[in-house]
Amino acid sequence: MTARTALPRRTDNDQVLRNLGLVGVLAALVVIGIVTRPELYSDPAWVRNNILTILQQASAIGVVTVGMTFVIIGGGIDLSVGAIIALAGVWSTTLATQAYGAAGMIFTALVVGLAVGLVNGVLIAYGKLVSFIATLAMLVSARGLAAQISGKQTQVSTNDTINSIASSRLIGIPVLVWILAAVVVAGWVLLNRTTFGRRTVAVGGNPEAARLAGIDVKRHTMLLFVLSGLCCGIAAIMLTSQATSAQAAMANLYELDAIAAAIIGGTLLSGGRGTIVGALFGVLVFSTITNLFAINNLATEVQNMVKGGIIVAAVLLQQFRYRSLTNLLRRRNDPDIS
Amino acid sequence: MSKLATVLRLTDVVKTFPGVRALDGVHLEVAEGEVHCLLGQNGAGKSTLIKILAGVHHADSGELLWRGEPFAPATPQAAMRAGIATIYQELDLVDHLSVAENVFLGHEPSRFGFTRRRATAAATRRILESLGHPEIPPGRLIKDLPAAGKQIVSMARALSHDAKLIVMDEPSAVLAHDEVENLFRIIRELTANGIAVVYISHRLAEIREIGDRVTVLKDGRTTAAGLSARTPTRELVGKMTGRAFEYVFPPRVSTDTRTEPLLTVDRLSRAGEFADVSLTVHPGEIVGIAGLVGSGRSELLETIFGARRPDTGTVTLDGHRITGVGTAVRHGMGMAPEERKSQALLLDEPVFKNMTLASFAAFARAGFTAARDEQAAARRTADDLDLRPRDVDRPVRTLSGGNQQKVVVGRWLLGHTRLLLLDEPTRGVDVGARAELYQVVHDLAADGVGVLLVSSEVPEVLGLADRVLVMREGRLIREAPAGDLDEDTVLDLVMAGSLMEGEAA
Repeated sequence: MTARTALPRRTDNDQVLRNLGLVGVLAALVVIGIVTRPELYSDPAWVRNNILTILQQASAIGVVTVGMTFVIIGGGIDLSVGAIIALAGVWSTTLATQAYGAAGMIFTALVVGLAVGLVNGVLIAYGKLVSFIATLAMLVSARGLAAQISGKQTQVSTNDTINSIASSRLIGIPVLVWILAAVVVAGWVLLNRTTFGRRTVAVGGNPEAARLAGIDVKRHTMLLFVLSGLCCGIAAIMLTSQATSAQAAMANLYELDAIAAAIIGGTLLSGGRGTIVGALFGVLVFSTITNLFAINNLATEVQNMVKGGIIVAAVLLQQFRYRSLTNLLRRRNDPDIS
Repeated sequence: MSKLATVLRLTDVVKTFPGVRALDGVHLEVAEGEVHCLLGQNGAGKSTLIKILAGVHHADSGELLWRGEPFAPATPQAAMRAGIATIYQELDLVDHLSVAENVFLGHEPSRFGFTRRRATAAATRRILESLGHPEIPPGRLIKDLPAAGKQIVSMARALSHDAKLIVMDEPSAVLAHDEVENLFRIIRELTANGIAVVYISHRLAEIREIGDRVTVLKDGRTTAAGLSARTPTRELVGKMTGRAFEYVFPPRVSTDTRTEPLLTVDRLSRAGEFADVSLTVHPGEIVGIAGLVGSGRSELLETIFGARRPDTGTVTLDGHRITGVGTAVRHGMGMAPEERKSQALLLDEPVFKNMTLASFAAFARAGFTAARDEQAAARRTADDLDLRPRDVDRPVRTLSGGNQQKVVVGRWLLGHTRLLLLDEPTRGVDVGARAELYQVVHDLAADGVGVLLVSSEVPEVLGLADRVLVMREGRLIREAPAGDLDEDTVLDLVMAGSLMEGEAA
C-alpha cells in the first residue's frame, strides 16, 4: 500500500503545478473572450461550436507537437517538421498518387514522413550531426523538393474520402479531434508506460549514463526522429483534408509552434524532462489565442507578437524555477571541491 | 638559495565552498628565484590554492603577502598585473588564434583600438627566443602545435606579463622525456633571473631534480612547509597521505582462483592511454588496480566495459568477446564509473528508475514497463544495500554521495551482474558509507561476482582486493597478492618518475 501512496515526486508536483498554470492561462483567455464578445458567449450552441473549432485548429499542430516533445525530451530538436508535412502533403496529392485512392494517399504521406524522419535520424545519430543543423538542412531541402514535385502549384485533392475526413464528425466531435486525441493518448502511453519512453528520458537526461547502462543511444536517437516524421505524415493528411489541397508552402513555421508549445508545456529544451499533457495544453493555449483574435476580428500581426511574449514568459518562468531549485539542492549536497 | 628574500607568504589561508572547507589553514612561503614544489593528493586543495593566487577564487580568511604587501587579486587580470602568472594543467589557450595572439591575449599592443600585429609578432618572437624556441612561428595557429609547443606558448604568455612568480600546474604531465628536460632548462633560466616558480607535480623524481623546497598539502592543510626537496620519499608520502580516517575493511574470505577466469583481458592497448594490458578476474575475486589519475586506469576500465574501442587486444567475459557496452551488459558486466553524476545517474529521476536503468527492459512485458515490479525490486535492493533514506521514489539528486553510489551499485545487482567494474567507488563518499560500500563489495564477491576495482587511494586497494595490479603511465608494472604489498611499496611504484623509465619491477 505504501508503495502506491508514497510521496509524490517533486518533478510530478512541479508538473501538476505547471499544468494548473496552463489551465489558468486558458481560463483567462476564455474570460477575455467573454468580456470582449459577450453577445457570442451568451449562445450555448455557439460556445460548443467554438470549442470544437479551437480543438480542430489545434489538431494537426497537436499531432506534430507530440512527436516534437519526444524529440526534445530525447535531447534533440526537429526544425524540419513543417517541411516534412509539406513534402508528405504534396507527394500524396500528385495525380499519380491520387490514382491509388485514399489508402494510397495515406500510405504515401506516412511513408514520406517516416523516410524523411529516418534520414534525419541517421544523419544525427550515426553521422554525428547536431540535430539543429541536420534538421535545418532538411527544412530547406524538403520544402525545395516539395516545390519541385508540385511545380509550385497548389495540388487539389479530388479524393472524396480524404476530403471528408476534416468535415466528418463522430459522436458530434470532428474526426480530426479524434485523431489528435488518439495520438495524444498513444504518445502519453508510449512516454510513460513503455521501455521506449523510459529510454527517451534516459537518453535525453544523461546520454552517457544511458550508454553506460547498455542502452543503444544512437539507435534510440534515430527512432525519435522517425517518430517525429511519422507524426508529420499524419498531420499532412489532416491538413490536406482540411484544405482539400496541398502545396509546398503548407504548414509554414509549424516547427516554431510545435517547439513553443512543447516548451511552454514544461518540456526542458535541454532534454530529459517533459510531458505530453503539458505539450497539449501548450497547443491549446496557442489555438485559443488564435481563436480569440479571430472572433474579435483582430490582425494576425498583433497575435504573433502576443504569442512571442507568451513563449518568452514561459521560458523565463521555467529557467527561474529550474535555477532556483537546482541552486537550492546544489547548496545542500553538491559542494564544488577544488 | 633559501636565503633569498621571500616574495610570497601565505598564512593560515582558509577557503570554504558551500559544504566543504577546500582550504583549512594553508601556509606557504616562496622565495625569490626558487622552485617551490607543491605536493598533495587529489582533493588536497592544490587547485584551490593556485586559483586563489591567480585571482579566480578569493580566500575567506588568512593573510596573503606578495612582496611584503597584502595581496587579494580580485580578477585573473589583477593577479597578472601584480606579476603572478599561472600555467594551468588544461592549457588555457585559444585554439583558433595564433601563437602571438595567444601570448598577448588580453593585453594586445594596440594603437587607437587597432592591434599592432607586427609589433606583437616581434615581441612574441623575442620571448620565444629567450625560451630557447625560436622555431615556433608567431603566426601559427595554436591547434597546429604539439603539446610541448603549447606549453612553451603558455610560458611565453606568462613572461609577456613580466611575471615575478609563475605557477605551473603539472606541466610535465603532457610532455615526453626530452621535452621535460627542456622544461627544466627553461625553469632554471627563469629562476636564475630571480623569478620564483611554484611547481606542482605527482612525480617525486622530478621534484627531486628541479625543486628547491617542498610544501605538502593534505585535506586543505599544510602538513609540511618548506621541506628540502631531498626529503626521503617515505616522509613525503607520509605527510601527503597521513591517515585522514581509518579504513575499516571487513574480514575477507579467500577465493578459489583455480577456477576458470571470468574475465580475460588480453594485451589491450589504446594509443596515448594504456598499452599491452593483460589481466584476469576469477569468479568471486576482487582485483584492485592502484594508479594515479592519468595513469590510464579509468580509460582501461571503460575499454574493458566496451565504452571505448581498443586499438588492439581483446576482452573476453566467460567465453564471450566484448565488442561494446551492449554485449558487455548482456553478458553480465556492470560498471560504476568514476564521475557518478555525469556518467551514471539521471539526477532528477527517482531512485528506482535509476536502479533499473540497465534492467527495466527485462522487467517489461511486451514493451510496457512494469513500474510496480521495478519499485518492489528496487526496494529489496535498497534494503540489501541499506540505502538511506529508504524511499525509492525520491529523486536521486537528493541523496548523499555514498547513497548515490549505492544506487549505481544496486543497478548492477538488479541486472544479475557477474563482473562489476568499480572506478573510484568511494570518491566523495563519507567514512561511514565507505565501510558500508566495502561490505557490499565483499558480499558480492562472496556470492561469486568478480570485482575489478580502481582507486587512487592505495589503502583502499590493499584492504579490499585479493590481488593488486599497479598501473603507471598506461602500463601494468606489478602484480601481487594484496598481502605481499604494503602502502609505501605501492606508492613508490605509483609515483616513480618517467625520468627513470624502464625500471618496472
